[in-house]
Amino acid sequence: MSDTDLHLGNHISRRFNAELDDVRQRVLAMGGLVEQQVREALQALVDGDGELGDKVASRDYKVNEFEVAIDEECSRIIALRQPAASDLRLLVAVIKTITDLERIGDEAEKIARMASKLALGAPPSAAMSQIQPMGAMVRTMVTRALNTLARMDTDGAMKVVEEDEKVDAAYEAMQRTCITHMMEDPRSIQRVLNLMWVARSLERIGDHASNISEYVIYLVLGKDIRHTSITGPISKVS
Amino acid sequence: MDAPGNGTLRDTMMRDKSKEALAESLSAPRQQPAARGEVAVEVDGLNLFYGDKQALNSVTLDIERNKVTAFIGPSGCGKSTLLRCFNRMNDLIDTVRTEGEIRLGSKNIFDKDVDVARLRRQVGMVFQKPNPFPKSIYENVAYGLRLAGENKKSVLDDTVEWALKGAALWGEVKDRLQESALGMSGGQQQRLVIARAIAVQPKVLLLDEPCSALDPISTLKVEELIDQLKADYTVLIVTHNMQQAARVSDYTAFMYLGDLIEYNETDTIFTNPGKKQTEDYITGRYG
Repeated sequence: MSDTDLHLGNHISRRFNAELDDVRQRVLAMGGLVEQQVREALQALVDGDGELGDKVASRDYKVNEFEVAIDEECSRIIALRQPAASDLRLLVAVIKTITDLERIGDEAEKIARMASKLALGAPPSAAMSQIQPMGAMVRTMVTRALNTLARMDTDGAMKVVEEDEKVDAAYEAMQRTCITHMMEDPRSIQRVLNLMWVARSLERIGDHASNISEYVIYLVLGKDIRHTSITGPISKVS
Repeated sequence: MDAPGNGTLRDTMMRDKSKEALAESLSAPRQQPAARGEVAVEVDGLNLFYGDKQALNSVTLDIERNKVTAFIGPSGCGKSTLLRCFNRMNDLIDTVRTEGEIRLGSKNIFDKDVDVARLRRQVGMVFQKPNPFPKSIYENVAYGLRLAGENKKSVLDDTVEWALKGAALWGEVKDRLQESALGMSGGQQQRLVIARAIAVQPKVLLLDEPCSALDPISTLKVEELIDQLKADYTVLIVTHNMQQAARVSDYTAFMYLGDLIEYNETDTIFTNPGKKQTEDYITGRYG
């Protein structure tokens, strides 16, 4: 189907409509929570706010609860409705998306815990100032990935997939900076390593956001673009 | 024709660099599945009229040998009418007129010199409601052979056993072959009718809603049987049960108001159909 409107509400069975809509709303609600987790984890890191960091870390269980509940709902719908075509793709995409969302939640929790640790001993400011734009980039990616899901926007989804390369590049740059710091001042190794973990988490979040966008393309177009190179033709298309 | 179903998205993009071409290639569905095996039956520009009313509109499709092809669509879409064309059952209705060709091998079955009785031995049919004759189980299966002039007991015995085994019924009835077929359960009767159909060794087997009068377990047995039958026969099945079409068939044709809307590999039809009408039907939407 090239038609990007999936007509989710047009089933003869109204309960089926309601069930699919409910699943979709819950995924978006889960996405909203995960987005908040990432945003506040980064804020805790930048502000050196250990209290906020602890708060974020303690909230991860809510993300997990979402995952379990949505998974159950999807299994129930598959068993009772035997969905086909776009309905089936929606459920498959949802089941995969929530796994990635849950992992993003886990990475946000890690960043929040590091924020609490780093609040006790600030890392070198040069490295800190470098992680901020990387954090902003990843946060935007997560937001955009969720928007593409809400709007079934394949063009937007392709852009998110491309964006991931920039995050990877930022991660490598961050690594080099951290290594330089550690060589110059061995006493900073512990703190810089903590920051390194944060960068690693951000890089992973970028990967998960990119995955979510790939599921959106699968859902709308029925095409699986995972594990295909996006350099070259795709970037020309977008 | 371009086959978007077979390449990765990237392959498609390599060929068509522009976004418009991409969108087009992603949306352009194949009207026919990519031919892989040998074609058993060719339907070519088939029109069918009940009096003034046209029931089939220029249906064209190739049916692959030793595969199961399912016809789905809402009531009145012409799927049963099409199925009945393959052994010229529609000849029995006075007002029916057909145009176009159905070729079995290279022979058009509508040609004047076609012996319809012989055609129906080559193209067997099983109906919605099991219709065993009020005879013994043995005689039901042997009936077609006797009709063809075969009376030698050893040949009949062998064929009855072989056909009943082929219909996955031998184990259940081998000790009561002389009992009336009417005493069997509905599921057994349906498999008996299938045995009767294959006893004359047809090339093609037409199944018109073969499971709609059966309970779920009998349905599974018949579906299992269909899967085995395709080793030896080309099977065409009409079903209202879409999950059944998805389970048993290799190819699915979706029909609507006498038109063949979409015909493709069953996997494609049920996961990523090319046309919105197909999508709406198989997902239970009002189009």
